[in-house]
Amino acid sequence: MYSVKEPDGGTPLRVSDQLVTITIDGAPVTVPAGTSVMRAAAEAGVHVPKLCATDTLEAFGSCRLCLVEIEGRRGYPASCTTPAEPGMKVRTQSDKLARLRRGSMELYVSDHPLDCLTCPANGNCELQEMAGAVGLREVRYGTQGKNHLDLAKDESNPYFIFDPAKCIACSRCVRACEEVQGTFALTLDGRGFDTQIAPGAGNFLESECVSCGACVQACPTATLMEKSIVDKGQPDHTVVTTCAYCGVGCSFRAEIKGAEVVRMVPNKDGHANHGHSCVKGRFAWGYASHPDRIKTPMIRTSIDDPWREVSWDEAIQYAASEIRRIQGAHGRGAVGAITSSRCSNEETYLVQKLVRAGFGNNNVDTCARVCHSPTGYGLKTTLGESAGTQDFDSVDHADVVVVIGANPTDAHPVFASRMKRRLREGARLIVFDPRAIDLARTPHVEATHLLQLRPGTNVALINAFTHTIVAEGLHKEDYVHARCEHAAYDKWKAFICDPRNSPEAMEEATGVPAAKVRAAARIYAGARNAAIYYGLGVTEHSQGTTMVIAIANLAMVTGNLGRPGVGVNPLRGQNNVQGSCDMGSFPHELPGYRHVSDPAVRALFSTHWGVPIEPEPGLRIPNMFDAAIDGSFRALYVQGEDIAQSDPNTEHVTRALRSMECIIVQDLFINETAKFAHVFFPGSSFLEKDGTFTNAERRISRVRKVMPPLAGLGDWEVTVALSNALGYPMHYDHPSQIMDEIAKLTPTFTGVTYDKIDRLGSIQWPCNDKAPEGTPVMHVDEFVRGKGRFVLTEYVPTDERTSWKYPLLLTTGRILSQYNVGAQTRRTRNVIWHSEDHIDLHPHDAEQRGIVDGDWVAVRSRAGETVLRACLTDRMQPGVVYTTFHHPESGANVVTTENSDWATNCPEYKVTAVQLVKVAAPSEWQRQFGDFSARQQELLPRT
Amino acid sequence: MSATIYVPRDSAAVSVGADEVAEAIAQAARQRRLELRIVRNGSRGMFWLEPMIEVATPAGRVAYGPVAARDVAGLFDAGFLEGGAHPLRLGPTEDIPYLKNQERLTFARVGITDPLSLADYEQHGGWRGLRAAIAMRDRDIVEQVTASGLRGRGGAAFPAGIKWRTVLATAADQKYVVCNADEGDSGTFSDRMIMEGDPFVLIEGMAIAALAVGATLGYIYVRSEYPDAERTLRSAIAAARDAGLLGPSVLGSGKPFELDVRRGAGAYICGEETAMLESLEGKRGMVRPKPPLPAIAGLFGKPTVINNVITLASVPIILDRGARFYADYGMGRSRGTLPFQLAGNIARGGLVEKAFGITLRELIYDFGGGSATGRPIRAVQVGGPLGQYLPTAKFDTPLDYEAFAAAGGMVGHGGVVVFDDTVDMAWMARYAMEFCAIESCGKCTPCRIGSVRGVEVIDKLRHPQAQRRAQNLELLRDLCDTMTNASLCAMGGLTPGPVLSAVESFPEDFGLPRPAADKAPR
Repeated sequence: MYSVKEPDGGTPLRVSDQLVTITIDGAPVTVPAGTSVMRAAAEAGVHVPKLCATDTLEAFGSCRLCLVEIEGRRGYPASCTTPAEPGMKVRTQSDKLARLRRGSMELYVSDHPLDCLTCPANGNCELQEMAGAVGLREVRYGTQGKNHLDLAKDESNPYFIFDPAKCIACSRCVRACEEVQGTFALTLDGRGFDTQIAPGAGNFLESECVSCGACVQACPTATLMEKSIVDKGQPDHTVVTTCAYCGVGCSFRAEIKGAEVVRMVPNKDGHANHGHSCVKGRFAWGYASHPDRIKTPMIRTSIDDPWREVSWDEAIQYAASEIRRIQGAHGRGAVGAITSSRCSNEETYLVQKLVRAGFGNNNVDTCARVCHSPTGYGLKTTLGESAGTQDFDSVDHADVVVVIGANPTDAHPVFASRMKRRLREGARLIVFDPRAIDLARTPHVEATHLLQLRPGTNVALINAFTHTIVAEGLHKEDYVHARCEHAAYDKWKAFICDPRNSPEAMEEATGVPAAKVRAAARIYAGARNAAIYYGLGVTEHSQGTTMVIAIANLAMVTGNLGRPGVGVNPLRGQNNVQGSCDMGSFPHELPGYRHVSDPAVRALFSTHWGVPIEPEPGLRIPNMFDAAIDGSFRALYVQGEDIAQSDPNTEHVTRALRSMECIIVQDLFINETAKFAHVFFPGSSFLEKDGTFTNAERRISRVRKVMPPLAGLGDWEVTVALSNALGYPMHYDHPSQIMDEIAKLTPTFTGVTYDKIDRLGSIQWPCNDKAPEGTPVMHVDEFVRGKGRFVLTEYVPTDERTSWKYPLLLTTGRILSQYNVGAQTRRTRNVIWHSEDHIDLHPHDAEQRGIVDGDWVAVRSRAGETVLRACLTDRMQPGVVYTTFHHPESGANVVTTENSDWATNCPEYKVTAVQLVKVAAPSEWQRQFGDFSARQQELLPRT
Repeated sequence: MSATIYVPRDSAAVSVGADEVAEAIAQAARQRRLELRIVRNGSRGMFWLEPMIEVATPAGRVAYGPVAARDVAGLFDAGFLEGGAHPLRLGPTEDIPYLKNQERLTFARVGITDPLSLADYEQHGGWRGLRAAIAMRDRDIVEQVTASGLRGRGGAAFPAGIKWRTVLATAADQKYVVCNADEGDSGTFSDRMIMEGDPFVLIEGMAIAALAVGATLGYIYVRSEYPDAERTLRSAIAAARDAGLLGPSVLGSGKPFELDVRRGAGAYICGEETAMLESLEGKRGMVRPKPPLPAIAGLFGKPTVINNVITLASVPIILDRGARFYADYGMGRSRGTLPFQLAGNIARGGLVEKAFGITLRELIYDFGGGSATGRPIRAVQVGGPLGQYLPTAKFDTPLDYEAFAAAGGMVGHGGVVVFDDTVDMAWMARYAMEFCAIESCGKCTPCRIGSVRGVEVIDKLRHPQAQRRAQNLELLRDLCDTMTNASLCAMGGLTPGPVLSAVESFPEDFGLPRPAADKAPR
């Protein structure tokens, strides 16, 4: 339930060209055909009493409070389930209706504990409100009747309670689980008076429940209630902000008591999430006030020294002096920075500006390097813009959905729910994945084709897929002719039609039967609207960029670009990875993806910033590591990224970090990288500052300050101070001024202002004179680059191959309850679901190695070795193993190699040849890691 | 020529020993080296005579009953194979007044034929309606059904033709015909008797419905407590499919119709049509709001004809003999016949198919012979557990949907349950609420909570030293008003019917004074 009353029309919005006019209590109201009488009344300002209806769910008709009288109709129809029909004359109030409503209400209350004053929902309970609205004055049935008041609470879920004694059996939770989330974890058990909500057979924690919070949101009473509200009481005000976890970018209302967040509730008006949430955004925000937060700046000369707490001023002066000292000794290029995809656009913009204007070089990179850099390159090359083509709403129009190398139910759960709803409506699903991901078979959704390829053969598979379409003449020649470059297309067509790209020829490489590839390809080609959604299973390969290009080729040749329901949609991993790329975080690009070698672009920025801009691209993250090891790169400012845990080949990364003289880490916690740092700037969480995030659909949403920064300064203020200390003056009173500067310098952002975002809720770039309110779908009449460009995508197998020594392929990914390096989620009660990383393997591979479920297993690659617990699952195909990387001591990246994408250096996290061996103890690396972490812990100031 | 003996296979007959009787006859015949053909027919519907066996004689079938296995030797000795005299001899079956005075249209074959014999069915007029329908345009079939005045026999009495017309007019890639065979009203058994005694007539009726509306798939949702009916239906469907009467080309028409049986979920509410659809879809049997009407968005969201067994089983004769033939029976807007089912405390329980218009008194006294106990009849509940309890003063009401409703009653599915003067009507009112409490799907509040509170309030009223009787009576009336007007479906909406009728007609059983002007003879 929402704390601060939001309008609730009772039944979902209907869209129709046909309008219907009816009268409600004598006043006419016009609504789209299909709209319920209840919603029509709400639009006329008449709120019919209701309990089982809410506008995020289809009408159910169980509470019977919303009865109305309709002229010419018998009885008292429920306004929620009765569609408005032309000329209908509706009365919402009469003595008879009042009596009936009181009659139903009296029944409800006859089976409800009368403990309003001590109830956590007090002041925010729909049952209480309706009792008032219908004028219930007594419950004549007494209190001795049959009731549910003695039922026990289920407190198993870490975030919410289930108190069946307060349940009114309206089924809103069950319906939310089905309609909104699509998990079908809840059901109604028993019948008649014994009807009860049941999370399967056991309690909530043991059930299929994914803790998305949809049921809690939907509950009109205190039956499903956040423990934070039980503990702290109702909030006193709310602030709309944007979630700081994944790239879906859900809008939330932070509900606050004083300066303390007591609940985060998804915002119904949020354009990305439409009132839905997942376990992370909804509940896992407790890290923001975790005792591990560092609140005072610290410095030290050597990483073997204890940290010394200092003032902001001293820390900033020290950092600036170190940077200048190193530049003096080793050259201007000996320093650089890494921007954070977790920070705001404004903060990211400032860090790259600091590097280019303050450090005087282009040594800036961002964590997109290790995730979606191939997306930027591939989509820019083919379509002309480094971003996804659609908004999320587009999926409602898709008839075929292709998911490639993405695991949306875990990594982008709110969008996955949206996608599942469309799939339940009948859209067909094709999945390319080495694993049988949940989406491939989940309640009421099953992939028409799961193409379970071998890791590293994406390009082979998509070439075979596209070959089928073009060779069989199923493509849209007209579309290509009108919208793409002809010469490049002709060359590409000859390439793709070559028999070497046929499904039959590629079958040996991919392991996917040719007939299955052909069948799936025909479905894609035959769809009215077919949409592709992809994730890091596409990009994190030696041919990551090739695969992105191949996806764009496929969409172009079938005409699946430029309208709702289609498109090429990268599911971005982090809240602001799109934004950090947009903001010029790459060493070769200024904001808006403009190459530093372009003199006109440089001139624009030079003029505005008052300094010359280096024309040569700077160092990428892996180059920084290599340069650090060879001594030419000595200082690094890392804002909100944990490269020591997240980048591949950990031992190489830590060697590089140990080689540097000044590492400045700005973060909420002493993360793995901070253990190698010399300066620590305590960071501010998304609750502590103003700014904007840009999600996977190019949607710019506001992040609003909910409480003051725990360390006194927002991250952007620290960057400004550092720049000023370095002698490059920056002055901004508020992040909105930073956005104004971005808008001035970036053609796709020209029309963006905080005022406009406040007015529209959010804006999808490009937003400029041509699209003053933004651009939900790109490439509508023509591609951003003009004509679409087909590029050849020859399949080149990765060098990372299995051998007798390393006979298995390891691939990596995320799970629902933890987020990336886990710095945040490990500091929440989410650990109850995933307290350690496992190695998933097929029972066949386990049998061969004498491994049983739960055994300690060494995972060895040519890069290193780590030990994890085995988890046997036939979700894996034989020969492929899988792990997550949420816990630093797991050392997943000790095993991954330095292989990377040919174009962007995005690491090949998804393919590592490994061997598994049953062992009894942690690996040597894990022992060293444990010792080092313990020592670093001792060097922290005692509090 | 060997003799033919009919021993019913109907589960009512079997429950009182028909199988043992059949076995005893076969055994006796073997001992006596007589060649006999034993046909397991449907029941004639005279339950007080079951097991009632019949012997084919040149003068027609002669009935004996009720026969026990121990009577069999005596029957042989009495020459029953030739219709010989015996204390159990009932005479020519067709001359038994109970049967002779009926107007059997829907039940024309029941008890006469071997239910699973396609030849028997054909010989007794089977498939003629379907053949006629195949020769007609779909809308003409619908027109015939409309003109016949056939209304839904499940209880709601909605005109079948209008429902079919809606389904016909709704374009869809798939349409369904669903037969509601979840016969759950207490004291009713006509659906079961058709399914066990003449399953082909139901199959034929469904095939006609399918042709009429353009459906290609049908389901019969059979009450889980009817295992014999389910078995018989499955066998009959298999036989019909083998004979080309179902399948890709019904009777060679080129039109497909597939039919399958689904076992009910064991809940009264699953007889409510929308709950039945949910159950058929594999979900919890919960009532759906209407609109959308099932005729527009029914099973799996597709246009669906939903009719009761008797409705569909009445269709073949309408198509065979014409709408006018059928419409000639009945009175007012209630056309045709209704198979009434006499049960409860009654001397001659069984099935009586009569044209609408017969009075309750004729049914329970002329056919039923009064109470089984011989005591005066005090109340009759017509139309199942949601039907009103009618006092003797209303026994002359003709059984016609409108006339009966005007008298505060409900014809429903034609169930008639009789109570003698020892009945406690307050207890019966409590039972009505309790039935609702037990069978409620739990969706809407008035039914889910109201029925439980109803039991509690009636208990308070029934207490010999009841306090606040007037207030509780007012509360009961308010509750009944809420249930009647606010319930989602007829289950909660009609439950107040029996409750309030008991209060109105038998106030003394609730410790209330009987209005002086309303003294009816007991």
